[in-house]
Amino acid sequence: MEYFLQQLINGLTLGSIYGLIAIGYTMVYGIIGMINFAHGDIYMIGAFISIIAFLVLGLLGITFVPLQLVIVLLVAMFFTAVYGWTLERIAYRPLRGSTRLAPLISAIGASIFLQNYVQLLQGARVKPLQPVVQGGIELMTNADNFTVQITYLQIVIIVLTVALMIAFNGLISRTPLGRAQRACEQDMTMAALLGVDVDRTISLTFVMGAALAAVAGMMVTLYYGVIDFYIGFLAGIKAFTAAVLGGVGSLPGAMLGGMLIGLIEAFWSGYFSVEYKDVSVFMILVLVLIFRPTGLLGKPEVEKV
Amino acid sequence: MAVAAASGRGRVDLPAIFRDAALAAVVALVLAVPLVGLQTTDQGSNALGIRTRFDWVAYGVIAVFLGRLAIGYWLALRGRRAAAGAASGALGRLSAAVSRHSMVIGGIGFLFAVTFPFMPFSSNYLVDLGTNVLIYVMLGWGLNVVVGLAGLLDLGYVAFYAVGAYSFALFAQWFHLSFWEALPISGALAASFGIILGFPVLRLRGDYLAIVTLGFGEIIRIILVNWSDVTGGPNGINGIPRPSFFGLPFLNPDAAPDDVTTFSQFFHLDFSPLQRVIFLYYVILILALVTNAFTLRLRKLPIGRAWEALREDEIACRALGLNPRNIKLSAFAIGAMIGGFAGSFFATRLGFISPESFTFLESAIVLAIVVLGGMGSQLGVVLAATVLVMLNEFGRWFDGVPLLEDMGKFRMLIFGMAMIAIMIWRPRGLLAHREPSLRLHAKGAPSLVGEPAE
Repeated sequence: MEYFLQQLINGLTLGSIYGLIAIGYTMVYGIIGMINFAHGDIYMIGAFISIIAFLVLGLLGITFVPLQLVIVLLVAMFFTAVYGWTLERIAYRPLRGSTRLAPLISAIGASIFLQNYVQLLQGARVKPLQPVVQGGIELMTNADNFTVQITYLQIVIIVLTVALMIAFNGLISRTPLGRAQRACEQDMTMAALLGVDVDRTISLTFVMGAALAAVAGMMVTLYYGVIDFYIGFLAGIKAFTAAVLGGVGSLPGAMLGGMLIGLIEAFWSGYFSVEYKDVSVFMILVLVLIFRPTGLLGKPEVEKV
Repeated sequence: MAVAAASGRGRVDLPAIFRDAALAAVVALVLAVPLVGLQTTDQGSNALGIRTRFDWVAYGVIAVFLGRLAIGYWLALRGRRAAAGAASGALGRLSAAVSRHSMVIGGIGFLFAVTFPFMPFSSNYLVDLGTNVLIYVMLGWGLNVVVGLAGLLDLGYVAFYAVGAYSFALFAQWFHLSFWEALPISGALAASFGIILGFPVLRLRGDYLAIVTLGFGEIIRIILVNWSDVTGGPNGINGIPRPSFFGLPFLNPDAAPDDVTTFSQFFHLDFSPLQRVIFLYYVILILALVTNAFTLRLRKLPIGRAWEALREDEIACRALGLNPRNIKLSAFAIGAMIGGFAGSFFATRLGFISPESFTFLESAIVLAIVVLGGMGSQLGVVLAATVLVMLNEFGRWFDGVPLLEDMGKFRMLIFGMAMIAIMIWRPRGLLAHREPSLRLHAKGAPSLVGEPAE
């Protein structure tokens, strides 16, 4: 029971991170119908910018932890969002209306480019970060002296994710930007005819997705304390799996899928084997695609001639 | 964007171009400050330091500004559409010429490849490099069947390469099969893996397929790393037998057992390690040429036609009574089989394999070769594979020459950028002036098949 609870907490933390990345996939897929293959690498860039921001703050002598977190969060979101914007502008926008395969290959090119770019600039070694948020709350201890603990960092991650989700849902459902975004999702030509600036809306979709991925990047930097230029690859696939599991194109679905993937991974490593935890995620991806391609909350897609 | 529209053809709206370039420079500045300007440095004991490189940022921003200025000016001068047409027209003419003379170019390339080991300038190192190129050529041709002809994006191609390599290694280890005995088996095994994977996922849309194949490639790698009892885990498998020339091993006669006739003894040659290197080169050359002939023939068969038709329009194919799943499956299996053959060769050439050789990067490299060479173009693959392997050697050749010596490090960076650029300007690949293999009307008549609409 205690062990189960501990895995649940770990799984929810992990799931928050995947969920935030998955939103970027799902939004982009919803609006232009392509898998933004480089999204995992945008998240990796977010993680690198966070670690650099932490180091710079340390040099500047700002040591008050909440202030540090807020500044790093904003800095990482801003810079990563610009990366997301540029990515769309350079690699995807010229390809709108091209063949189906073209944007995908371009995205893979972008992913290879970003990985090598960071590797060349920042080095291939793993980058460690000293723990910033320490300590936690002991929830219970059982007879075998196994303590269930939720760290402050885990609380920060989960609370921040939930807050962002609520804010984001409001943004999509209530603001003019969200309306434009949903309109483009349904019919881009019609939206353009009705005066929606489609290019701008798509750009902003990438910007938002990248900003959320940057939050995930900051969280993972804090949570694991080490990053390298390659983390975007696995996290990208897992977050994509989360998006598919929840139903591509659905925002709550992405969050739900992220949580489920996080939980599955945590329980799999807790109860079966750590070595094969990634295999479990891939198996889920394949199974979902075979048996329920629309995902849990997705709408069926009709292919038109 | 607004530049060309506002100025029209021939007139240059300088302030607009400047604004555009300035905007690009500002974006470049924002992008560069955190990742280029600040570098994390290792300081031992899990600590990181920060080093500033703002001079690099300045160079980068200036380069972006000037580059954008030049592009904007050029576009405005020629008119946007005309400029794009000129760029792609020149390349189009080049690739048209290449494809017209493909027999000649292919023939020259073939002759060069055959005589290469006996050229006066060739050495152990160069022949080995040639072998490397040919492995990638073969992988590229194999993937070309899947991506170029059938239009299925396979991001886990390296999985089949791994299946081929490991199945040969294991057959040799457990059943003492020689390379030639194991070759068909590993090809068949790789093909059946392709079918097992393809069967459930091939009815999916193209981009889902890409991700699933990517996941599959990772699964294979994870299993190879963790299933230590069979695969040797991260340490891999050692002592894989080398191929022999019809039973004659390439050994030093002094070191060989007495009852074995070595290659050099049989032909009364002086023993030289170069003999094996040359032999391996010819083995992969033959394998690659067979692959080439095989895929070229396949394109003329109904199945090859069906691949291309499916790539162009799946719904129309279904309406014509073709079974998309079976057709895709055949392309997938044949591509996998070729990958399996190449994998077996890889294993026997090195005598040692480990999961490290089968990462996603390898899949990405092969895909880059296919995409850059021109999907569906056989010569393009050769060209791209040669460039890619050569770039890796630049560090050795141009040691001390600034910029050129670092090309090996930059090659994936360059290839990533090139993939984007080619998708934008020539979505069918650099050297892909590919006529459809079959055409309903005579040349020049309007045809339904052609470049995708802009």
